[in-house]
Amino acid sequence: MSANHDGANLLEVRGLTKIFGTLTACDHIDLNIAKGEIHALLGENGAGKSTLVKMLFGSLEPNSGEIFWNGQAVRITSPGAAKKLGIGMVFQHFSLFEALTAAENIALSLDDGSPISSIAAKARALSYSYGLPLDPDSLVGDLSVGERQRIEIIRCLLQTPQLIIMDEPTSVLTPQEADKLFETLERLRAEGKSILYISHRLEEVKRICDRATVLRHGKVVGHCNPREETAASLARMMVGNEVQAVVRAPVEGIETAQPLLEIRGLSRKPATPFSIPLRNITLNVRAGEVIGIAGVAGNGQGEFFESVSGEVLQQDAASVRIRGKDAGGLTITGRRLLGAAFVPEERLGHGAAPRMKLSENLLLSRHATDGKVFVGTGGMVKSGAVYAASQRIIEAMDVRKSAPDPEAAALSGGNLQKFIVGRELDRRPSVMVVNQPTWGVDAGAAANIRQALIELSRSGSAVLVISQDLDELFEMSDAIAVMHNGELSKPMPIAEATFEKVGLLMGGAEPGHAEHTLETA
Amino acid sequence: MDITVNILLTIATAATPLLIAAIGELVVERSGVLNLGVEGMMIMGAVGGFGAGYLTGSPWIGLLAAIAMGAVFSLLFAVMTLSLATNQVATGLSLTLLGLGLSGMIGTSFVGQPGVRLPNLDIPGLSSIPVVGKLLFGQDPIFYISIALTAAVMWFLFKTRTGLTLRSIGDSHASAHALGIKVIRYRYLSVIFGGACAGLAGGHLSLVYTPQWVENMSAGRGWIALALVVFASWRPWRVLAGAYIFGAVWIGQLHAQAFGIPVPSQMLSSLPYLATVVVLVLISRNKRLTMMNTPASLGQPFVPDR
Repeated sequence: MSANHDGANLLEVRGLTKIFGTLTACDHIDLNIAKGEIHALLGENGAGKSTLVKMLFGSLEPNSGEIFWNGQAVRITSPGAAKKLGIGMVFQHFSLFEALTAAENIALSLDDGSPISSIAAKARALSYSYGLPLDPDSLVGDLSVGERQRIEIIRCLLQTPQLIIMDEPTSVLTPQEADKLFETLERLRAEGKSILYISHRLEEVKRICDRATVLRHGKVVGHCNPREETAASLARMMVGNEVQAVVRAPVEGIETAQPLLEIRGLSRKPATPFSIPLRNITLNVRAGEVIGIAGVAGNGQGEFFESVSGEVLQQDAASVRIRGKDAGGLTITGRRLLGAAFVPEERLGHGAAPRMKLSENLLLSRHATDGKVFVGTGGMVKSGAVYAASQRIIEAMDVRKSAPDPEAAALSGGNLQKFIVGRELDRRPSVMVVNQPTWGVDAGAAANIRQALIELSRSGSAVLVISQDLDELFEMSDAIAVMHNGELSKPMPIAEATFEKVGLLMGGAEPGHAEHTLETA
Repeated sequence: MDITVNILLTIATAATPLLIAAIGELVVERSGVLNLGVEGMMIMGAVGGFGAGYLTGSPWIGLLAAIAMGAVFSLLFAVMTLSLATNQVATGLSLTLLGLGLSGMIGTSFVGQPGVRLPNLDIPGLSSIPVVGKLLFGQDPIFYISIALTAAVMWFLFKTRTGLTLRSIGDSHASAHALGIKVIRYRYLSVIFGGACAGLAGGHLSLVYTPQWVENMSAGRGWIALALVVFASWRPWRVLAGAYIFGAVWIGQLHAQAFGIPVPSQMLSSLPYLATVVVLVLISRNKRLTMMNTPASLGQPFVPDR
């Protein structure tokens, strides 16, 4: 790319490289951001997007390469230096302090020493003028994820940056909240500010971004105008090959099918002051169907999964029933023995023991249900059988690995997820509950996992999927229910479900209301 | 009447070192660092304070030496845990062991020597007012320092921007770092402040409480101070309350033992610990408040990635 020093570019990056050990996370990256444009940075997980923006914001130091700001070569040595230049950042994993109020959080990122009360007033005024209402005195720990993100945005805007970096800003928003965000972004663009917008949601990139830079394996693989591309062509640039579409055949006679997983009036008190109670949740998942649970993160999905899987026991044994038996008082192993299988959200440390081999991880979750196969007389482990089974799963799920039986932590996130899902699928469970099945998994592997779960259901099992990714739920589910503030809506058959309807429920509105305003905090 | 006043004065004297050490540790823990070396820093302050006072004859020089000793000793902990990112629990424990051993070695020649004592405040007219005069205007200087310190720390943590920044680091050092806050620098200063406080508390022991040098004379007070911070859910005024409850029950049970109350002395000796824990647990019943005040990144080593 030719250098451009006429000042039209706000930011120019040339040959930026970052090496972690043997991994080149960013390999000679070139990037130009013009004044007043929304520039998309596209790429799969692990493509190097986050590493690149961390270098632009000064929290990582590049090994080589140059950064030009308004035509001047600069070194961004710390987030403070980035802020001084006029670079603001809205983080993906919130960088907020839960035990402090919104105003205190904002004050911490401003260095002007003005009193908290005047900052609170400024933040309130700015938040209303952008249509992102915010109560500066509320404690961050009490706020929803959408509200927390508002704080991040307001905090960033108060620093009056010229370039705003946004890392996956919509991943935690309802569709309506995302619309609101896009309005804000367009207004900022009209004010002459530039935005570097990082996302893997192609439809929204097509909608609001002027230009796009695509990364793959740490390298720039192309620049394009997203408006002239299709979602499929953008995906091809990101992944490098075609992504197989997921096929979901309609099910016949589901109305008369046996419910294999029944949740009846499930309630739970909040475990910590900042967590969500579960309120009288009722849901049936029948043999042969996939039910999806949508919802903005932190609305009780984690608590719900714990109660269903048996990580937390229920007082009322009948509140969770598996294959017609009361299971609320049973432990995870007890529920597994009834034919259920569970895949938690967190892969390392929850779904798998990081420092143990894949075969050992297989034994850990299946020693009880497959005791006859894996454990011999006198409690001796039949390591040959365990190893053979783990190899079978690795083959079936196409898990890519560097050693025959590596430690779980040595696998990439996507490959480990394939193994964990495969480990449960291999049992042919009659009830399968999965939390965030493809979080952080690349598109190709995600399609495989989704397809495998659909096929499990079609072979007569009940599948329950909890996800924040609406595209995924619409692709997989036969019906979608929405969790909001610890309550679960009635499942909506997929034929009737639309993004808008589900989005309204995610925001806490009753279905059927056309109008929707953001709840004022 | 005089007996009551004397008892109240001994309570204040018993509570003061606990309060000072605990307030210092509170600031350290609010910044997210767990320094289990309070006992070691305290005993180093005690030996340093006694030694300097004994050699120069000035209790005031002794006082400054006690503070300096604690601060320098805590610097060792700071370098290990903050710059070298060692395990805070292990490093803190070894700091205590090192302090106990080192102070014994330094203090061999001080054993049995007469020390110097910091004079009590004496304001003509005011100090001789019956009852309140002695309580308010006739105590040792460190008592006043301890009260002022508590108020100052409260004001600093909850009313100043720097205090807010310090609390934010304790809540999440990763977030603070992402905002460009100098996490390590704040923690260094906090640890050194905590060390200076522990040293001062030690100085109180060897320059006021019992103006002489006895090996292991801190007698577990550093550990009590550490426990006070946690049971007071990291709130300064609760630390003050805890220190005085402990002091009061401690003195009370000593008197009870002296009167020969027919309760096993071991039971009586355990009373201060029990009473303090019970009272502080009762005032920390509000789970939400406790959660808000607990530094979430406490004890976790911080290594910024570059």
